[in-house]
Amino acid sequence: MYNFTYHRAGSVDAAASRLAESGDAKLLAGGMTLLPTMKQRLAQPSELIDLNEIDGLKGITVSGGTVTIGAMTRHADVAASAEVKQAIPALARLAGLIGDPAVRNRGTIGGSIANNDPSADYPAAVVGLGATVVTNKREIAGDDFFTGMFETALDEGEIVTAVRFPVPQKAAYFKFPNPASRYAVVGVMVAKTASGVRVAVTGAGPCVFRQSDMESALSGNFSADALSGISQDADGLNEDIHASAEYRASLVVVGAKRAVAEIA
Amino acid sequence: MAKSHVSTTVNGDPVEFLCDAPETMLDVLRNTLGLTGTKEGCGTGDCGACSIIVDGRLVCGCLMLAVEATGKSITTIEGIGAPDRLHPVQQAFLEDAALQCGFCTPGFIVAAKALLDRNPDPSETEIRYWLAGNLCRCTGYDKIVRAVQHAAAEMKGQPA
Repeated sequence: MYNFTYHRAGSVDAAASRLAESGDAKLLAGGMTLLPTMKQRLAQPSELIDLNEIDGLKGITVSGGTVTIGAMTRHADVAASAEVKQAIPALARLAGLIGDPAVRNRGTIGGSIANNDPSADYPAAVVGLGATVVTNKREIAGDDFFTGMFETALDEGEIVTAVRFPVPQKAAYFKFPNPASRYAVVGVMVAKTASGVRVAVTGAGPCVFRQSDMESALSGNFSADALSGISQDADGLNEDIHASAEYRASLVVVGAKRAVAEIA
Repeated sequence: MAKSHVSTTVNGDPVEFLCDAPETMLDVLRNTLGLTGTKEGCGTGDCGACSIIVDGRLVCGCLMLAVEATGKSITTIEGIGAPDRLHPVQQAFLEDAALQCGFCTPGFIVAAKALLDRNPDPSETEIRYWLAGNLCRCTGYDKIVRAVQHAAAEMKGQPA
């Protein structure tokens, strides 16, 4: 790692003002992406502002049909939460499929969505469940939050404080994990909500996206059969040593069918 | 640059050390505190050789800054057993020959202990799922999984 200074923030406001003062500072959440990136010398922040001691950013509350998860809540805590399991079992399951136990014990929902890795799981939950991202400045609709590969709608100095998930009628998450990294080669969140059906796909493209053909088909007939005539365009999908764009396109359809079959 | 002063607990003992910001907990355990049982494999959180338990949670020592240890309680392989009183997981690894070169073994034992602390009766699937973050390039995992099953039985007082 290149050298840097370490600063432990006591509050979100303190972290935000420190971030504004220091041009090259980065926020340290779980560090499961940032620290390996720094060790590989792919990032060189001048300072790390540690959010781990800010108690107000941690925890899960369920009330009035909404599950609110603090930005610094660990994946393991979401996966194990009896309240999340009851309200949105697909969300608890998704959290339990991230990485391995050591990653889930450190990684946070805020860090995951702020990083917006194209193969991360949480973006599929945020978009697929129609969640709202709460920051220290405003609220951002999940549909507007992820803007491109590793890009989000967050402004400079803006800090995610929580994510609010409306409880769907039904939801299921399909994941085809890379067997080594456990990142999603393809992940599909399907949700039937009061405001319609949502299908969000991660891993397949440069950024999480909604599969609108599937959403329309499922709106009329919420069954795996409704997806039989639908194909996913491979154009613009990710292609790497793990899977071709065509294979990912195929997995999107298979994954969506399996997710629907689980809850239809 | 000024070093940070950290007060923490390692294997039940209060410990103080000075570290630079980029030093990881793994660096300090091995290089400052002389606890070399915890190994560095990949250094990027993929292999699990540096597994330690921090406040009851399994984490990679290589992906935790040493300054973050302030006020925490850390357990390393050295705190799990001793040569004359092995932990049941350690005994089972020996009896089942669940190792060859041994480099990954401390990480596996720490991870297995963390599992059995929270789930004393894991299924084979649960054991494999839990140990997904620990890589062994010698054994093929079967003997490791069997050793964890034996240790679980032993800890429940049943014949292994």
